[in-house]
Amino acid sequence: MKLAYWMYAGPAHIGTLRVASSFKNVHAIMHAPLGDDYFNVMRSMLSRERDFTPVTTSVVDRNVLARGSQEKVVDNITRKDAEEHPDLIVLTPTCTSSILQEDLENFVQRAQLESKGDVLLADVNHYRVNELQAADRTLQQIVQFYIEKARKKGELPAGKTEKPSVNIIGISTLGFHNNHDCTELKRLMADLGIEVNEVIPEGASVHNLKNLPKAWFNLVPYRELGLMAANYLQQEFDMPFVDITPMGVVETARCIRKIQEIINAQGANADYEDFINEQTLHVSQAAWFSRSIDCQNLTGKKAVVYGDSTHAAAITKVLSREMGIHVVWAGTFCKYDADWFREQVSEYCDEVIISEDHGAIGDAIARVEPSAIFGTQMERHVGKRLDIPCGVISAPIHIQNFPIGYKPFLGYEGTNQLVDLIYNSFTLGMEDHLLEIFGGHDTKEVITKGVSADSDLNWSKDGLAELNKIPGFVRGKVKRNTEKFARERGIESITAEVLYAAKEAVGA
Amino acid sequence: MTITDTQPQALNFECETGNYHTFCPISCVAWLYQKIEDSFFLVIGTKTCGYFLQNAMGVMIFAEPRYAMAELEEGDISAQLNDYEELKRLCVQIKRDRNPSVIVWIGTCTTEIIKMDLEGLAPKLEAEIGIPIVVARANGLDYAFTQGEDTVLAAMVNRCPDKAPVAETEQEERNAISKLLNFGRKKEEVAASESEYVEHPPLVLFGSLPDPVVTQLTLELKKQGIKVSGWLPAKRYTELPVIEEGYYVSGVNPFLSRTATTFMRRRKCKLIGAPFPIGPDGTRAWIEKICSVFGIEPKGLDEREAQIWESLEDYVKLVRGKSVFFMGDNLLEISLARFLIRCGMTCPEIGIPYMDKRYQGAELALLEKTCQEMGVPLPTIVEKPDNYNQIQRIKDQGVDLVITGMAHANPLEARGINTKWSVEFTFAQIHGFTNARDILELVTRPLRRNNSLKDLGWDKLVKEEAKV
Repeated sequence: MKLAYWMYAGPAHIGTLRVASSFKNVHAIMHAPLGDDYFNVMRSMLSRERDFTPVTTSVVDRNVLARGSQEKVVDNITRKDAEEHPDLIVLTPTCTSSILQEDLENFVQRAQLESKGDVLLADVNHYRVNELQAADRTLQQIVQFYIEKARKKGELPAGKTEKPSVNIIGISTLGFHNNHDCTELKRLMADLGIEVNEVIPEGASVHNLKNLPKAWFNLVPYRELGLMAANYLQQEFDMPFVDITPMGVVETARCIRKIQEIINAQGANADYEDFINEQTLHVSQAAWFSRSIDCQNLTGKKAVVYGDSTHAAAITKVLSREMGIHVVWAGTFCKYDADWFREQVSEYCDEVIISEDHGAIGDAIARVEPSAIFGTQMERHVGKRLDIPCGVISAPIHIQNFPIGYKPFLGYEGTNQLVDLIYNSFTLGMEDHLLEIFGGHDTKEVITKGVSADSDLNWSKDGLAELNKIPGFVRGKVKRNTEKFARERGIESITAEVLYAAKEAVGA
Repeated sequence: MTITDTQPQALNFECETGNYHTFCPISCVAWLYQKIEDSFFLVIGTKTCGYFLQNAMGVMIFAEPRYAMAELEEGDISAQLNDYEELKRLCVQIKRDRNPSVIVWIGTCTTEIIKMDLEGLAPKLEAEIGIPIVVARANGLDYAFTQGEDTVLAAMVNRCPDKAPVAETEQEERNAISKLLNFGRKKEEVAASESEYVEHPPLVLFGSLPDPVVTQLTLELKKQGIKVSGWLPAKRYTELPVIEEGYYVSGVNPFLSRTATTFMRRRKCKLIGAPFPIGPDGTRAWIEKICSVFGIEPKGLDEREAQIWESLEDYVKLVRGKSVFFMGDNLLEISLARFLIRCGMTCPEIGIPYMDKRYQGAELALLEKTCQEMGVPLPTIVEKPDNYNQIQRIKDQGVDLVITGMAHANPLEARGINTKWSVEFTFAQIHGFTNARDILELVTRPLRRNNSLKDLGWDKLVKEEAKV
């Protein structure tokens, strides 16, 4: 047992449901007790879905406990098949059904006999994998199922498309800015003269999965969802894939060069260097921003980064490599993918933290007192408590992270969005200096909460006045550093002199 | 307590498949930990439970709530780990960090299936660590949404002190500080008001309500000379009311049937079966019933009710003649439908997760009477509804307002059907005369909003006919 208040990645069935309900005309039936269909609320609320979420529950109640599900699951599958004629029904086990150990595979086989659509049992173990791993596995499972089905029927299309083409793998419902990213990637492919063959799972029909091998290559923008499917397609059809996330100027260029290499190896004659150059220097504003005075003021500012591996790794690189910001630590909750994360970020930050414990992450933030945090909603709240601004860069997210306006994180427009997000999080720039020079906006304001109440040190009047002049967002840190300095030297009363001596000594 | 003699046309009860959307009953920790200030709720379950709470409670999670998950791992399921030792480790940690006066264990589906003997472990651990441990099995196998509160309160009934002097002194000791602080005020209050009460046997009310509503209802009864001796739950666990054999009890919410049963069977209390104080009509009937049990002639209720209705007229105007459909998920449905019918609405269907015809007997009778007086057809009450079928019926009947869960609200709105999110009724203040306006505020909100949009031609926003 472990005591837990908050989790970063949801339970496994959420991942399966995200993939299933991303497809068009696929229905998921959860084998779960009443109330476990909370996924429907999230999808309806967070992504403001206009359509009913294609997820229902085959309810596990007392009777099921006593006698087993018997006909119930089969009936629910065949009923849904008759009511809505989905192409595929995915029977989704939950934590409850995994301990009941009913033979769900058998139910699926029986239901398949009567159903017009296909029926599949999601192969996920609730106690071993989380939401992200389950989503990855379910996508691969569905792809494999339909590839094999087409092969058996001899319907697998032979050969590749005439022009270079790509499958974009891993766009899903409830994914962080996924729909905007998808639009941006399609736009990027169009600019590169590459046809988009299929996008899965979001908006895709399972009937089209057999066309996947027609593409020249696969693009997997997110580390968490799609790699298993891409690996499967590589094994089966020798399809290469690009798994470089095009987030940030440098990584986007790297991704495009990799694409160039792959399609040229298959006989295309692409040269994207001019495109990359034009975009970098004149279309995207990010490169220019790095050079501008605004960004100069961010130099050496301290930041911490935490999130899923894709976003945390990419943002760390952007901050450090493209903006000269000092990333004190970067972390992820994707423990199962820790090695990859470490390898990606270790040269761009002082320390790597792999943890799912929000308490430990909160402490790590408090410890380093960064000027800005880039994290999930949880870190945003830590930031609120510590009075440190936070930009949200990764799930878990709230409804405000499903913006209606166009806000991709990927591609060249994504680089612009990132600049805004990062710059606005620091809110400082020139203002920072002006505040320091003129002693803050409002010098009458009370200094940090409980300044003298819980401190064993005396702040003299002039010391306090000087402290007051320090801008609010660093005041707490300066105060602590000064007190530490005073304590170490046995100084009892902190005057303005002591404050500045401390500043010189520790650079507070 | 029995259903009143059948009228010519009786309410029609049906039962469907139970394929409906509702919150898991563990959600009751969200409001109970706030109500019972010195409690700590430990939900013993899996990631699924945690994920639900985390998302359902939204911002409350970030306010350091006094609740946590004891997240079961594979070793717990396969009994490689010892339940008692594991729970002890966590509860000791909670005691150290938070020092609560009670730890409430919420049993979940998983603890049911693996048959973890929480009721057996609790007394042992309680003795060992010195904090009361109350066990409530609020799981999705057996209960829906608000019934979670029912399981917690039923478990607490057994912890209410009887008048035995030992328990009394013990409680006084625990309360020493608050007693000290309140000493002067309380005494004065008691002395001043004792004479205003009529002589009647002690009355204890049950159901968790926000403190302002507790005060409002208590004062409402005081006007009739009725004294509320205690309330389950009180603000603090250490202030649970004294319950003696022969006390009268009355519920303020329709989903508290287990608590009512426990009062009657285990504590030998007498249950006053009344309609619930929701809406001015319900509040009046509730007071009248309590008065009649104590042989008191109610004073001034006519005027009070009329005055409230008058103040509601601007909202009532909006709903009069419109129809409302309850998909059913929180057990408040019968009382709300009864109130809305009194407001002049029609109601073809009341979906409800579970219908206790005995506990809700007086409320059902009032519903029937209200329909007859308003001249509207009696609604069909559908227990364990099937959401898919309900949506077909909503489409066929063309109702003006659907009260439903969040899973269906946006899709229905996109199809031009007005909806009100049902969960808001559980968290808003809806009890007593004072709060009747809040109910109508909620009910009319979609109507008022859509009134202002109605000329824009944007009411149907889906391309193809939708699937469920």
